[in-house]
Amino acid sequence: MNFKMRNWVLGSAVALLAGTASAAGTLIYCSEGSPTGFDPSRQVTGTDFDASAETMFNRLVEFAPGSTQIRPGLAEKWEVSADNLTYTFTLRKGVKFHTTSYFKPTREFNADDVVFTFKRLTDKNFPFNKAAPSDFPYASDMAMDTNLVAIEKVDPYTVRMKLKAVDAAFLQNLAMSFASIHSAEYAEGLLKAGKAANINTQPIGTGPFVFRSFQKDANIRYDANKDFWRKGDVKLDKLIFAITPDASVRYQKLQKGECHVMAYPKPADLKAMQTNPKLNVPSQPAFNTGWLSYNVSRKPFDKLEVRQALDMAINKKAIIDAVFQGAAQPATNPMPPTQWSYNKTLKDAPMDVEKAKALLKKAGIAEGTEITLWAMPVQRPYNPNAKLMAEMIQNDWAKIGIKAKIVTYEWGEYIKRAKAGEHDTMLIGWTGDNGDPDNWLGVNLGCEAVGGNNYARWCNKEFDDLIVKGRSTTNQAERVKLYEKAQTIFKREVPWTTIAHSTVYQPMRKEVQGFKISPFGLNSFYGVSLK
Amino acid sequence: MSTPSNLTAADQAANAAALSYPSPLKEFWQSFSANRGALIALIFFAALVLAAILAGVLAPHSPTEQYREHLLTPPAWVQGGSLQFLLGTDELGRDILSRLMHGARLSLMIGVVSVVLSMLPGIVLGLLAAFYPTWLGNGIMRAMDIMLALPSLLLAVAVVAVLGPGLVNTMLAIAIVSLPSYVRLARASAMTELNKDYVVASQLAGAGKLRLMFNTVLPNCMAPLIVQGTLGFSSAILDAAALGFLGLGAQPPLPEWGTMLASARDYIDSAWWVVTMPGLTILFTVIALNLLGDGLRDALDPKLKKLA
Amino acid sequence: MLSFILRRIAVVIPTFLGVTLLAFALIHMIPGDPVLVMMGERQIDPEFYASALKRLGLDQPLYVQYWHYLLNLLHGDFGTSIVSNEPVIREFLTLFPATLELSLCAMIFACLLGLPAGMLAATRRGTIVDHVTMGSALTGYSMPIFWWGLILIMLFSVSLGWTPVSGRISLEYDIPPVTGFMLIDTLLSGEEGAFKSAAHHLILPAIVLGTIPMAVIARMTRSAMLEVLREDYIRTARAKGLSRGRIVIVHALRNALMPVVTVIGLQIGTLLAGAVLTETIFSWPGIGKWLIDSISRRDYPVVQGGILLIATMVISVNLLVDILYGVINPRIRHAR
Repeated sequence: MNFKMRNWVLGSAVALLAGTASAAGTLIYCSEGSPTGFDPSRQVTGTDFDASAETMFNRLVEFAPGSTQIRPGLAEKWEVSADNLTYTFTLRKGVKFHTTSYFKPTREFNADDVVFTFKRLTDKNFPFNKAAPSDFPYASDMAMDTNLVAIEKVDPYTVRMKLKAVDAAFLQNLAMSFASIHSAEYAEGLLKAGKAANINTQPIGTGPFVFRSFQKDANIRYDANKDFWRKGDVKLDKLIFAITPDASVRYQKLQKGECHVMAYPKPADLKAMQTNPKLNVPSQPAFNTGWLSYNVSRKPFDKLEVRQALDMAINKKAIIDAVFQGAAQPATNPMPPTQWSYNKTLKDAPMDVEKAKALLKKAGIAEGTEITLWAMPVQRPYNPNAKLMAEMIQNDWAKIGIKAKIVTYEWGEYIKRAKAGEHDTMLIGWTGDNGDPDNWLGVNLGCEAVGGNNYARWCNKEFDDLIVKGRSTTNQAERVKLYEKAQTIFKREVPWTTIAHSTVYQPMRKEVQGFKISPFGLNSFYGVSLK
Repeated sequence: MSTPSNLTAADQAANAAALSYPSPLKEFWQSFSANRGALIALIFFAALVLAAILAGVLAPHSPTEQYREHLLTPPAWVQGGSLQFLLGTDELGRDILSRLMHGARLSLMIGVVSVVLSMLPGIVLGLLAAFYPTWLGNGIMRAMDIMLALPSLLLAVAVVAVLGPGLVNTMLAIAIVSLPSYVRLARASAMTELNKDYVVASQLAGAGKLRLMFNTVLPNCMAPLIVQGTLGFSSAILDAAALGFLGLGAQPPLPEWGTMLASARDYIDSAWWVVTMPGLTILFTVIALNLLGDGLRDALDPKLKKLA
Repeated sequence: MLSFILRRIAVVIPTFLGVTLLAFALIHMIPGDPVLVMMGERQIDPEFYASALKRLGLDQPLYVQYWHYLLNLLHGDFGTSIVSNEPVIREFLTLFPATLELSLCAMIFACLLGLPAGMLAATRRGTIVDHVTMGSALTGYSMPIFWWGLILIMLFSVSLGWTPVSGRISLEYDIPPVTGFMLIDTLLSGEEGAFKSAAHHLILPAIVLGTIPMAVIARMTRSAMLEVLREDYIRTARAKGLSRGRIVIVHALRNALMPVVTVIGLQIGTLLAGAVLTETIFSWPGIGKWLIDSISRRDYPVVQGGILLIATMVISVNLLVDILYGVINPRIRHAR
C-alpha cells in the first residue's frame, strides 16, 4: 500500500504542479506574528507597529527611510522657542485620510486630528479614553503624559505644544510609531456609535496603505493608497502580510516565491540564503540589545548577590555561537556601541560558577530553588530564537543549583503579563526607536517605566536622577557624562544580564526593489516595488 | 499475567473431561508465540524497557548535557558525523541517542502511570455500573458519554489548558480522557458474567457484593481489560507526544519524544536527523505496542479475534 | 418512527447538558480570578472590576451563573473572544468550513485507498500482498501524524518542491468566502489558477489527516470481507460459476460495507483530533489551529466556546447516524 500510495501522491502532485508567478504589484511579506491590534497609540512591539504605524499611518515628523535622521511628515515645518519648551508645527495641506467600507472622510487632515491624537495619549479623562479605556505605555514610558502639558490648535493648520521640562529628544519621539496621527472625525463617529473600541480593529490613517482585512494568525491585506500625499512612494497595488511564526517556514516560502520579503531569518539559514541566486540578503549593523531581565520586585531577585550570581553563571559566548551563529557581538551595556554616550570602560563580570555558588549561598538561596525563565514565542531582531537561548541559560543555571522553568505565552499575552510583573526572569530586548540614549536607559530602566517597558521593575533613585537630568539637558557633552555614569550604576546593580547586539539581516527576493532596512527594526514598504 | 485463575464449576467440569489440558499460562504462551509479529514486537518492547531502565548506564551521554562545540552533528554514518554521537546531536549539541533512551523512560512512565490511573477507577466505576444498573449505573454511563463526546486529544488539550502544561498534567489529562473506554469495557464484560451460573451460585452461597465484584466477576473480565490496557498504553504514548509537540506536554529540558519534535520544524531542510529520529522511535514503539495488543487479544480471548 | 427519533433525542439531552456543565466548569477550574481570566486585563481599576463582576454575573452563586450560561447558549451566545472581541460562534463559523473541507477530503482519500486495499488483502489472504497491505495499515494506524506531516513536508515541499509549504491558498488570490469551501469558492470566483492553487495546498494536509482513517478502513474492510466471503451465498455464487471479480464486487462488497460505513461514521472524532495537529503543522486556518492558538493566548472564552461547539457537533453527528440507522434498519428501531 505504501508503494501504491506514493504513486498516487506523485501522480497528483505532478498533475497539480502550478506556477507561483504572482499578480503584478502584489507584495507578500512573511511576517513573524499576529498583531494584537491596529491602534499604534497603545502598542509596544515591532510586530504591531509594522502592521499599523508603518503601513497605514504617518507622524508629524518622520525618520527618513533607512536613517535615524528626521524629516518633515504631516508637519511641513516647525519652530522651537528659545527656552526649548514650546514647539509650533505648521501642518501639511491636502492630506486625505483613508476611505474604506467603514469610514468615508468628509474633510482633509488638520489640526483637530493632531490635538485629538495627543490629548488621547496624555489625558486619562479624555472622553474617548473613557469609552475605550487603554494604556498608552510608550507615551507614559517616555513621560510624555506628564511632560506634554498643553496641545493647542492655533489655526486649522497650526498646532502648538508646550512641555513642562526640556526634552532633548522630543522631536525624535514624535517620529516614533506610537505618535501616529489618528483621524478625529473617525474617532468622533465611533464614539457616537458607541464603538470606540473599533479604533483598534478598523484603523484609519493617512499612510501609504489602506486596511482591507485581517485574518488572525493567517494574513493581513492592504490596498495601495492611491491618494497618498507623498506622490511616488506607493508603487505597489497590494500589500499582504502572510503571518508565518516559524522562521524555517518563512524561508521555505521565500525560496518558493510564496512571499517576497521575510522577517527575521534563522541565523543558521543565512549562509544558504546568501548563496541563493534568487535572493538578496542586505544587512545592517546592530542597533539593538537583547537581554535577560531580573524582576527585582520579586524575591529573591531583590538581592544583588542573587542577580550577580545568575549573571556570572551565564555563558554568553556559547549563546552567541549557538543562537546567533556568531552574527552578533556580546553586550555589556544596555545600549549598542553605535549609540552615542556608550560607556566603553565597563566590563562584564567574568563567568565563574564557583563564585556564583558562593554568592547564592551567601544570599541564603538553597540548592534546587525553582524560578521561572520566560522566553518569548516570536523572533525579534535582538533574539532570533528565545526558546533555544532559554534552554542554554537553563542549563547554565542548573550548574549553580538553580532550576529554571521555561515559560512562554503568545507574544501579545507575553508582553501583557510581563508588564504586570508575573515573571521571575525574562528574555526581552530593544531596538532603538530614535537614536537618543534616553530611548535605551529611560524607557527601559527609568522609574516611570515600571509597569511599562521596565520589565526588571527596577527603580534606582541614583540612576533615575541621572537620566531625568540627562533628558532635560540640551548640551550633548554634558549628557554623555550623565549617561556614562548611569551605565556604571546599571552595571553595578545588575538589573539585567545584557546578552547581545545582533546584526539585522533582511532576506528578500531579487525582484524586490527599493526596500530599506530601518535602523529601528521596523519593516516599512514606502517606495518599494517589484520588478 | 492474571489470566482466569478462578476455577469455577464449569471449568472444573471441562478439566475433568480433558485431563491433559495445558495450564492457562502455557496455553496462552503457545497461542501468543505462534503470532510472529507479536513475538517480534515483544522482543522490541523488552529491549526498549531495558534501554529505559538502564538508560543511566547505557546512554553514552547525559540527556541534558549541551556539547556546545558539537551543535547539529549528523549521525555517525553520515559524512561529518562522529562515533561520539551515534545518532547525531540537536541544536544545543545534546546527544540524540541518549535523549531517546532517557525519553523512553518518560514515555514508558507516561504510559504506565496513565493506564493505571485510568484503569483502576475505570474498573471500579464499570463494576459499580454493572452491579447497580439503575440510577448509579445510568449516571456513570451518562458521564462517560459526555466525555466521549469530545475527541480524546481535544479533551486532553482542554484539560492541559486548564491545569497548565507539564509532565504530570499530561499524564493526568491522558488518564482522564481514556477513562470511559475502561468503564464501558468493564461494565460490558461484567454484565455478561453476571448472568452466568457461577456468579449466581456464589451469590446463593452468600458472597457479599464486594467479594462478588472483585473476587468472582473481575478476574473473569480481565482479558479484554488487559488488551485494552496495552492499546491504551500505545495511545497514551501517542497523545503525550502530540501534547509535547504542541508545547503543552512535558517541558524542556525533559527529553520527551514529542517535546523533542516541537522545534524540529526548524530543521527540516538542514538537519533531517533531528526530525527523523524521535519520530521513528515513537512510530516503532507504537507499532510494537499495537502488535503486542493484537497478539494478546488473540491469545487471551479468541472470541474477540474476529472483531479485528 | 417519530417516537423512535424523539426517544433518541431525549437520550442525547442529558449528554448535551453534561457537556455544557463541563465547559462551564472549565473556566472556573482555571487557577486565578475569573474576571481577570475572562477580561484579560490586569491592573484594572476597582470600579471597572466591580462592574465587570456584575456584568458577567460572577457575584451570583454558581448555579445561577450556570443557569444564565445555559440561557445565553440557547440564544446562540457562546461567549466573546477577549482578544478579538468577536463572538465565539462567529469565529467558529468562519473557520469551520476550512476544517470541514479538509476533513472531507481526508475522508475521501482514506476511502479511495482504504477500501480497495482492504478488499485486495481479503481476497489475497495470507499472500505477500495481504501481509504488506496489513503491515502498512498497522504502520498508518500507529502513525504520530504530526511527525508524518513533517516528513511529508520535508520530502514533497522542501526537497522536491512540488507542494506549497503551508496555508490554504496562495495569498495573491483574495477569494471572497461564499460557501467557505475554498475548492468551491475558487471556482465561483472565476479567477484563473485559484482552484489549482487551492487544490495544491490541500493535498498534503488531506493525506496526513486521512492516514489513520485510511488504515482503520483498510483493516475493517478486510475483516468484514473475510467474514462475508465465508458465507454460504458466496459459495453458492462461486458454484454457479460467477467470475471472481463479480463475486467480490457485487455480492461480497455490498454486504461487507455496512460495518465499514459504521467505522467511517465513527472516524469523525479521530478527524477532529487529527485536525488540531494537521492544521497546526500546515498553518491551515481551521478550528483546530484556532483552538491551539487561543490556548497560547489564554483566550479562555474561545477555548470554552470552541470545545462546547465541537462537542455539540460530535453529539449531533452521532445522533444523526443513530437515527439514520434506525430508519434503514427497523430491527434497531424497535429494539430497546
